[in-house]
This record gives sequence, C-alpha cells and structure tokens, in this order.
Amino acid sequence: MTRFLLPLAAFIVLVAFLLIGLNLNPRQVPSPLIGKPAPEFRLEQLHESEKMLTSKDNLGKVWLLNVWASWCVSCREEHPVLVELAKSGIVPVYGLNYKDERDLALQWLRQFGDPYTASARDPEGRTGIDYGVYGVPETYVIDKNGVIRYKQIGPVTVEALETKILPLVKELQG
Amino acid sequence: MSFVSMKKLALLLALMLLVPYGWAKEAAPVAEDPEIERRMIALSEDLRCLVCQNESLAGSRADFANDLRREIREQMHANKSDKEIVDFLVARYGDFVLYRPPVKPSTMFLWFGPFIFLLIGAVLLVVYLKRRRNQIEEPMLSEQQRQQAESLLKESKGNNA
Repeated sequence: MTRFLLPLAAFIVLVAFLLIGLNLNPRQVPSPLIGKPAPEFRLEQLHESEKMLTSKDNLGKVWLLNVWASWCVSCREEHPVLVELAKSGIVPVYGLNYKDERDLALQWLRQFGDPYTASARDPEGRTGIDYGVYGVPETYVIDKNGVIRYKQIGPVTVEALETKILPLVKELQG
Repeated sequence: MSFVSMKKLALLLALMLLVPYGWAKEAAPVAEDPEIERRMIALSEDLRCLVCQNESLAGSRADFANDLRREIREQMHANKSDKEIVDFLVARYGDFVLYRPPVKPSTMFLWFGPFIFLLIGAVLLVVYLKRRRNQIEEPMLSEQQRQQAESLLKESKGNNA
C-alpha cells in the first residue's frame, strides 16, 4: 500500500502546482512603479490642442489616469464604468490617449461618451513607456503627492472599482 | 546566331549580373547605423516582450516591441550603456522584462529550486538502492551443489588449458 502512497502524494502536489499555475494570469505583471512618483509628462490635450496637460496639474488631488485608445477593444468594455464613475464625481478621471489618431479618438468619445476631465495625447507612446504601459487599457490611481498607488491592468470592472479602486481613493482622499 | 543577338545576350547577361546589387540596395538595413542595430538586437534578445510573452523584444513583431526597440536604439544613440538601458526598462516594466532575472530573495526559488529537486531525487535514489541491496538475498548453495559447481569449474579450466 505505502509503495503507492508516495507517488500518489507526489502526483497530487504536481497537480496542485499545475492548477495554481493555470489560474495565474500571466498578464498581471506587478508594476514596479507602485509607490513611486508618477512619471512626468507634458502633453497636448486632445480636445484643445493648444492647451497642455501635465502630470503636475493635479498635485493636491487624488486622480485616476486611464490609458485608452480608439483602436482598443477592451476599452469599450470598461468605458461605461468610467462614464458612470465620472458622473458620480467621486474622483476625476484623466485620459492618456495612447498611440491614437486625434480624429478617431474624438469621434470615439462622441460615440461612447467622454468621462475624462481632460485627455492628453501620446501619439508615439513615449509617455506610455514611462508609465510601463504594455496593454491598453490601464488605469493608475495617483495620490495627492503625485505618487502612483495602484495600477489596474486591463479593463476597470465594476468589481475592481468597488473592491479596490474606490476604497483606495476614499482612503487617500482621507 | 547573329552578331546583334549575341550583343543582346551579352547585355542581358550583364544586366542579370547586376540583379543582386539591385536587390541589395532595396534590402538595405532599416537602421542607419548597423553597429547600433547589432547592439540593439543583441540586447533585446534577452528582453521579454510583455505583449507576446514568449517572444523576445528582438523577435517580436508587436507594435509594443517596435516602440521599445526604437527607444533602445535612441538611447544607444545617446551613448547610454547597455546596463543603463536595462535599468531604464526594469524601472518601468519590472524584472519580468528580463529573461535572466537577477538573483534576489524573491527569485531564489526560481534559481535554486531545480537543484533542490535534484538533491531530493538523488537522496531518494540512494535510499531506494540501499534498501534494495538489503532485500536481495545471497543465494545459498547446498554442499552437493557446491561440489558440483567446483567440479564444473575445474573441468572448464582444464579445457581451456
């Protein structure tokens, strides 16, 4: 009997490891930027090209920076959630329009609604690189001191909003 | 064959000889500086493309990899060392961007785990072999069998001589 128990135990351990491995999401790469100051940027605004949006504009406020693009399919998925969030007025949402064309981006916002207090244009994705963006959409929670406190990789779901983002925002707004 | 057609043929051959050069021009390297391109590819072969995670930055055709290759190229033009460029990427994307992660507490198991398993395997093998040796009984010969064997051995020795 015991001569089967040991291999069986080893097999169960192996299966457990494989199951855990299968359930991990390889896209969720922890960002090294959490707890660090948000990288600086100074970019043209989407709606009014002559105005600039900078990373320092919101010092003293808790804000969200949502990286989006009109070509990004998952952005459509999260968009209604952001529109609702913006309506609630709990926290301002700023957009980083990543590697997009101005006309398409504006048209997209007309079609699906515009939750952003302002959007900055990053047509070449350079600010995106500074923020470690590798899969749009991504959303950063930035505190009053301009420090990144949380990063949502992939669409903001109602669940992520209720369990992680909003409690954190409330805590930071303090 | 007339002289004219010989001339035509010669011209044709000459043109054909030029063909490879024509192609060579068209396939000129994308980057202006082949030295930087070589360095960039060597460096990005050890870096992971985060969009298509089983590809290196050098091999990936994703837009993301393209942007990062451009970034690396530009930093090389700005005389940054390979280490500075890798640090730049790690600061943004984390150790995950490296195919060869650094040895530190969180990666200890990754680096040394296989050796632990090898050690466990070796110990199990030794224990198993020792136990098996104890289990195998020495075959016991009766007096009669021994004599029989001895006589057979003698006989064969005699034959060989």
